[in-house]
Amino acid sequence: MIQRVPVVENILNANDRVAVENRQTLEAASVYALNFMASPGAGKTSLIEQTMKRIFSEMRTAVVDGDIATSIDADRAAAAGALAVQINTGGECHLDAVMLKSALAQIDLGKVDLLIVENVGNLICPASFQLGTHQSVLIASVPEGDDKPYKYPGMYRGVDALVINKIDLLPYVAFDMDYFRRGVEILNPGLVTFPLSCKTGEGIEQWMAWLRTQVGKRKKA
Amino acid sequence: MHELPVTESILEIALRHAGEAQAKRITDLYLVIGQLSSIVDDSIQFYWDIIARDTIAEGARLHFRRIRTRMKCQECNLEYEPQNSEFACPECSSYRVQIVAGNEFFMDSIEVE
Repeated sequence: MIQRVPVVENILNANDRVAVENRQTLEAASVYALNFMASPGAGKTSLIEQTMKRIFSEMRTAVVDGDIATSIDADRAAAAGALAVQINTGGECHLDAVMLKSALAQIDLGKVDLLIVENVGNLICPASFQLGTHQSVLIASVPEGDDKPYKYPGMYRGVDALVINKIDLLPYVAFDMDYFRRGVEILNPGLVTFPLSCKTGEGIEQWMAWLRTQVGKRKKA
Repeated sequence: MHELPVTESILEIALRHAGEAQAKRITDLYLVIGQLSSIVDDSIQFYWDIIARDTIAEGARLHFRRIRTRMKCQECNLEYEPQNSEFACPECSSYRVQIVAGNEFFMDSIEVE
């Protein structure tokens, strides 16, 4: 006899449960954690380098780098002064909560104030997988084009802050900032946005002020 | 593409609920996928046929209910399915809109025997 069993369960529930555990681990150690997401080449690692340069003496920072292969990004973060852990996903297109959990086990969180998770470069999949970080930052960049919010709505909808990198290229690239921002506004009204250039340093201080405020809210006693 | 881990999650959820219902076999799974959730049902079907093998879910049929994106205009309260990539309200052209549906990705129910 056929019987109907009601389920009504989110498919990504298993991942989300581990994400909750990660958040508890971070909270217990008073670590503020950010998830950096972007397409490949938007400037995630460059922003980490620029950020490290400015907070090196203020707060202890760890970086978890997700990549399909190589440790290039973790090496760059380490060279900039961060405690860096590389996760090679072996082909997986995103980091998930289980991968972050094993990376957290490798870090002495008691000695860390800020954790930056650099997700795999991808504008689709990372948005679906909660990690347990406190907030997510999307790093867009001018040469990617102004239509990205419309093409990747899932990514733009779920983030807490938006960086628009490479604004020094605005004179050379057909990028309509109004069109771009209108798409962002529809998907994520009032999203805090930082147009900046990791190359020239323009706009970085506004990003740093926001970051300092976020970390300050969770400062270790 | 992350449909493989997604499909593994689907199997885990189905087996758990079938176990609780003391079922001998899972015959059908009913999944709800929103248009904005970027999940490809053909890929899930492909992986499903492989990973469900040798479980009580082997041969179970997957049913996908697609939910179209719906938006609600915050200016004139019109609810609509966006036709253009800008999502603007077709009535008053406002961009102050809210997503009311399209984000779903869950298992609604299973049929077992």
